[in-house]
Amino acid sequence: MIEFRESPKAKADMPTLQMKNLCKSYQLGTHELRVLRDINVSIYAGEYVAIMGPSGSGKSTLLNMIGCLDRPTSGDYLLGGQNVAVLDDDQLSMIRGARIGFVFQSFNLIAQLNVVENIEIPMYYQNFTEHESNRRARELAHMVGLGDRLGHRPSELSGGQQQRVAIARALSNDPLIVLADEPTGNLDSTSGADILTILDRLHAEGKTLIIVTHDEQIATCAERVIRLFDGRIAKEEYNKR
Amino acid sequence: MFLYRLKRTVKLGVKSLWMHRLRSTLTALGIIFGVSSVIAMLAIGEGASRDAQEKIAQLGSKNIIIKTIKPPEDQSSIGQQQTLVEYGLTYDDAERFQNGIPNVQVLVPNRRLSHQALYRNRRASIEVIGTVPWYPEISPTRVRFGRFLSTIDMHYKRGVCIVDERVVRELFGFDDPLGQDLKIGSDYYRVVGVATEQSAAASAAVNQLEQRDATGAKKAAGANVGGIYIPLTTVKDRFGETTMQVSAASGQTLERVELQEIIVQVQSIDMVLGTRRSVETLISRFHKKNDYEIVVPLELMRQAKDIQRIFTIVLGSIAAISLLVGGIGIMNIMMATVSERTREIGIRRALGAKKRDIVFQFLSETLLLTLAGGVLGIVLGSAIPYFVTQFGQMRTAVTSGSLVLAFGISAAVGITFGLYPAIRAANMDPIESLRHE
Ligand SMILES: Nc1ncnc2c1ncn2[C@@H]1O[C@H](COP(=O)(O)OP(=O)(O)OP(=O)(O)O)[C@@H](O)[C@H]1O
Ligand SMILES: [Mg+2]
Repeated sequence: MIEFRESPKAKADMPTLQMKNLCKSYQLGTHELRVLRDINVSIYAGEYVAIMGPSGSGKSTLLNMIGCLDRPTSGDYLLGGQNVAVLDDDQLSMIRGARIGFVFQSFNLIAQLNVVENIEIPMYYQNFTEHESNRRARELAHMVGLGDRLGHRPSELSGGQQQRVAIARALSNDPLIVLADEPTGNLDSTSGADILTILDRLHAEGKTLIIVTHDEQIATCAERVIRLFDGRIAKEEYNKR
Repeated sequence: MFLYRLKRTVKLGVKSLWMHRLRSTLTALGIIFGVSSVIAMLAIGEGASRDAQEKIAQLGSKNIIIKTIKPPEDQSSIGQQQTLVEYGLTYDDAERFQNGIPNVQVLVPNRRLSHQALYRNRRASIEVIGTVPWYPEISPTRVRFGRFLSTIDMHYKRGVCIVDERVVRELFGFDDPLGQDLKIGSDYYRVVGVATEQSAAASAAVNQLEQRDATGAKKAAGANVGGIYIPLTTVKDRFGETTMQVSAASGQTLERVELQEIIVQVQSIDMVLGTRRSVETLISRFHKKNDYEIVVPLELMRQAKDIQRIFTIVLGSIAAISLLVGGIGIMNIMMATVSERTREIGIRRALGAKKRDIVFQFLSETLLLTLAGGVLGIVLGSAIPYFVTQFGQMRTAVTSGSLVLAFGISAAVGITFGLYPAIRAANMDPIESLRHE
């Protein structure tokens, strides 16, 4: 088990995650496609960060990197002081399962499973007992307002409901960091507003939130906005509250 | 914890197999047929083997049977109206075996004739076996009622007989055969005992196993409804030593045969083959014509065992190949399943599943399929031999070993053919999988 929760003393100055000169490129034939270039960023515990940028600028790639789904081509990524590059596949799975909650751009629920079972997936790979995970999944479903849809399959839910299931699932393992890739991208404004309310609440609870979005409106909810352009951080701004 | 995971994984497996009911069923069919054919083939092989073994064992594994056979006919005799052919084993041969071969413990000379037997108004063709009182020592034939032949019967050439149970059924019906008189040829014989009928099956086994030219008497033995034992001395006295035989090729032939067979028993099984050689050298010195043959049940038993083993291996491998084909079918389906569920795999990996969790998930799905197929295959495979026995008049034996084997093979097939797709699933890049549509 990798322990990367910072000690209380270090909390003030040590970032939860830190990227140093991080690059990601894909080899397409002889041509090298550089998707992320020289990313230097630090995000602290409890921050609410929005990542913005035009389509194809590398937002999803960066988010996957933060979520330990992808490895950088060069540069360092430190998560709680631990260099991710030296970790093996099992250890990365462990970090994803224990400390990170993912909300995907397209909901990515498993079609065969109902609402409760979908929410249970991350807990299944952690040390939750059957009873515990079931109770927690129901609780979370209630929290996102799906208390009366527990047995429904994803195909029987609206887009907004599916996204709420995805958020409940991201929270089920009680993660330190919640990553959301355009959580409102496929939704109308009311459903989107519901999602934003949930996210605000999570922020209030002290979770570190990193959200990719196209919507300036949403970006104003965040404390900090990181703007990507062509794989580089073009601008970083702090919203005044 | 582990049990909970197992339960969850099995539940998940059942769920996704159930999602594709038809596909799962068709895939499992491959295993069902494979397993059931392994079991059925082995059962049929085993049954045939036991059948042959038992028949041969009835001949006695410590016995050496020397039989009279008709030698190839002389060219010169063709065209003549009547000839007297003299061949076969003689009383002298019997004496020579008794005195010249040290390991011989029991020696039984037999005369065998086909005849009609008459009781009241009932008639049946039977085999007359002229033999000695110690015949039961070398044969599984047992006396059910009354007694067997005695030395006194022999000495006084008495007209007594022991009938076997088939003769009792054919001729006596509900009458008590003991003390009744039976007419064979022109003489009457008093029934003093009833014997078991195993000898018929035994001689049939010999006839089956040796596919050589047999004498008329032996051919007729198959058609006889039973056997009647009479003192050898009495047979010699009343029937003489000549049997008249009508042969198509050369008109009428008179044949003179003293003994149809001599059965020799040795003390222990390891002496059988050595004694057989002594018998062979001894007899070949006195018989220039090829008018005898030596049957060693022990050798037949070994040959039959070898043949059966090959038979079983061939049947088993054919069945195993069908199981293999079933396994390849499973692998095919699992590969399709994996690529169909690429996205699910990506989701699970992103949410904390380790590679081994994915392997376990897909492997358990394959195992569920093959084990379910295996269980159904065992049910079907045990049912097939039953019907084969019922309707095919063929002996079968389902051994627990074959069940374990078939089940083990199906599990092995599941693991072997499930492992590759499962590992492939686990090794997919999570991001690629998530992007997969
Ligand atoms: N596996 C890959 N091979 C090659 N190029 C890739 C691969 N994955 C991503 N890219 C490229 O990286 C670039 C950034 O992709 P990314 O998904 O991060 O964009 P994005 O900012 O999330 O866009 P959007 O807003 O449309 O979701 C794109 O140009 C894409 O073509
Ligand atoms: Mg994207």
